[in-house]
Amino acid sequence: MTPTTSKRPLQLNNQGQLRHFLSIDGLPRELLTEILDTADSFLEVGARAVKKVPLLRGKTVCNVFFENSTRTRTTFELAAQRLSADVITLNVSTSSASKGESLLDTMRNLEAMAADMFVVRHSDSGAAHFIAEHVCPEVAIINGGDGRHAHPTQGMLDMLTIRRHKGDFSQLSVAIVGDILHSRVARSNMLALKALGCPDIRVIAPKTLLPVCVEQYGVRVFTDLTEGLKNVDVVIMLRLQKERMAGGLLPSEGEFYRLYGLTRQRLQLAKPDAIVMHPGPINRGVEIESAVADGAQSVILNQVTYGIAIRMAVMSMAMSGQNAQRLLNLEAAEQN
Amino acid sequence: MRTHIHGARVIDPASGMDRICELFLDAGKLVAFDQAPAGFVAEQSIDASGLIAAPGLVDLSVALREPGYSRKGNIASETLAAAAGGVTSLCCPPETKPVLDTPAVAELILDRAREAGHAKVYPIGAFSKGLAGEQLAELVALRDTGCVAFGNGLTNFASSRVLCRAMEYAATFNLTLVIHSQDADLTADGHAHDGATASFRGLAGIPETAETVALARNLLLVEQTGVRAHFTQLTSAKGAKMIAHAQSRGLPVSADVALYQLLLTDEALYDFSSLYHVQPPLRSAQDRDGLREAVKSGVIQAIASHHQPHEADAKLAPFAATEPGISSVELLLPLALSLVQDGLLDLPTLLARLSSGPSSALHLPAGRLAVGAPADLVLFDIEAKTVAGEQWFSRGRNCPFIGQQLPGKVRYTLVDGRISYRS
Repeated sequence: MTPTTSKRPLQLNNQGQLRHFLSIDGLPRELLTEILDTADSFLEVGARAVKKVPLLRGKTVCNVFFENSTRTRTTFELAAQRLSADVITLNVSTSSASKGESLLDTMRNLEAMAADMFVVRHSDSGAAHFIAEHVCPEVAIINGGDGRHAHPTQGMLDMLTIRRHKGDFSQLSVAIVGDILHSRVARSNMLALKALGCPDIRVIAPKTLLPVCVEQYGVRVFTDLTEGLKNVDVVIMLRLQKERMAGGLLPSEGEFYRLYGLTRQRLQLAKPDAIVMHPGPINRGVEIESAVADGAQSVILNQVTYGIAIRMAVMSMAMSGQNAQRLLNLEAAEQN
Repeated sequence: MRTHIHGARVIDPASGMDRICELFLDAGKLVAFDQAPAGFVAEQSIDASGLIAAPGLVDLSVALREPGYSRKGNIASETLAAAAGGVTSLCCPPETKPVLDTPAVAELILDRAREAGHAKVYPIGAFSKGLAGEQLAELVALRDTGCVAFGNGLTNFASSRVLCRAMEYAATFNLTLVIHSQDADLTADGHAHDGATASFRGLAGIPETAETVALARNLLLVEQTGVRAHFTQLTSAKGAKMIAHAQSRGLPVSADVALYQLLLTDEALYDFSSLYHVQPPLRSAQDRDGLREAVKSGVIQAIASHHQPHEADAKLAPFAATEPGISSVELLLPLALSLVQDGLLDLPTLLARLSSGPSSALHLPAGRLAVGAPADLVLFDIEAKTVAGEQWFSRGRNCPFIGQQLPGKVRYTLVDGRISYRS
């Protein structure tokens, strides 16, 4: 099995355009580049006095979050508003799911309210795929994070950050550090970097936080941070969840910081112009030293800004791909 | 009813018989080969030219879902599905509601199965009350009601001490245990084999050691207590090797495998399809190959459907939130014949693993064609095809093989000389 070459026609329409955005897996480099280019153009919208374009005027975007989120949810809301869509946000973890309603029923009810797009975050890997395949294939589904599987808009905003600071991917060394095992961000980043032609992707973590067969992503594995950071252009730090201390994955936050925390001193092992990224929210003194998070090489807040542009790009592309598919289906129906 | 079956190629793996001959059935028994007994006048005659006659299949695990889960299946629907798959005798696991840990539940199942009459049902009683692994069920009373063996379902005994005593008690009365070995702690919240596909798709993994660690403990306790043990639902090549090693040391252990484990691997999970969500999980291609080898050599002497029917809703959720299991008993023979078609097993060996192998593992009065034996037979056309799902008797349509064209077609299933299924 070669994951990066497998087909995911589920998220593409018959013309190869995006109609859902579920995973980086199976998307060609051209499409990823198109997302980045489109996001670049939206960055200008964000800099204007009037920050709106009418691409999704009259459309209803529904953010359905079965898991807590602040940053992702807010940037999706802003992105939809800047595209002139009507936006509603539901924190389902505190509403119908706790009353025993199934995911299927929740989504069908929302579909009945004539939503055009769902942004879904869910704790089960494959939840967005399930909705796109079995619940509402006619509604554009944007994966806002599913379990450990994928967080493709985060992956693409990380790529936009790297491209805007480093230009081309073809000469880069990128290190991803920390809890790779539980991280949907890491999985999406590894796939996106590979697809965009990054020749040196490194993952750095203790064995307890590395997924089995991680080499299948075409990455080099390091268990020693000082070894892995040497001469990299980009360092992506991952958030370490407190619950990892239970169950024997790690002895303590302190020991993790001692071995894998990104300090000023360690950052000197990377190239002098290396950038530091983090999907947030950061744990100061657990995976990253404050002086690094707030330092000159940190682009952590730029990532947030770029996140809005990426989400605008993905939402507008998926909506237009979904509309195009609807027209194709209508034409096909008329011919029959 | 006196029945004459003529023209069939008769294969009986237990005796090594493989030739075209006549079969004569009377009063539910096979009464003669070749020549009719004196005074035999057939009331019914079956033209079986071109067909193969074999012992009716014996399936060591078919969840009937009754009592307690009738939305998923019931005794009448699932035993009819079994008959369509060529099965004449089946064992049902103890995971009913209430759990099959009292004679009353066993009696209910046996009564309804007799009433339906599609297949002979041999219940496997719960080894511990409520399958909780803490207190023994009344094993002897259950045996006297008709339970042929005792199992722990899909749970694992958390306490080695209780398990050891349970084995000693079972050994006292020469009872057979059906042991599923999967360490619950190593399984944790896993839903798929801890390999490349689960890792890629972010599904929590169940390592191979969940099976082998539990198997190692269970084998050592079997050795110590001398209990007769059948290890069910092996998933790993290493697990099969451990069974082979135990057998070579003279331990009285047998083993079975789910048929789908011989056909599928964890790569099937790539698209998150819940139809492939099973417990214990589908493992790697290497494990599948190791299991096939063990079936061929006889280390694994039984292939079972491990039929788990579900209502549609049980599979309509993200992968990890769905209920595990595949409904496939009605495809048992054609699916199994695909192993012959692919050159992995010869036909007599396959039929042995589906009849005499499982029946001897649990000492069932079934699985062979001999004068005086029950007239439990399957007649099938090995040249014809079965389109899976063209007809469907099970309540559960949770079967990833639906739509496939499979080799062979069951023409008649006979239970005690009576036709329980024909196509």
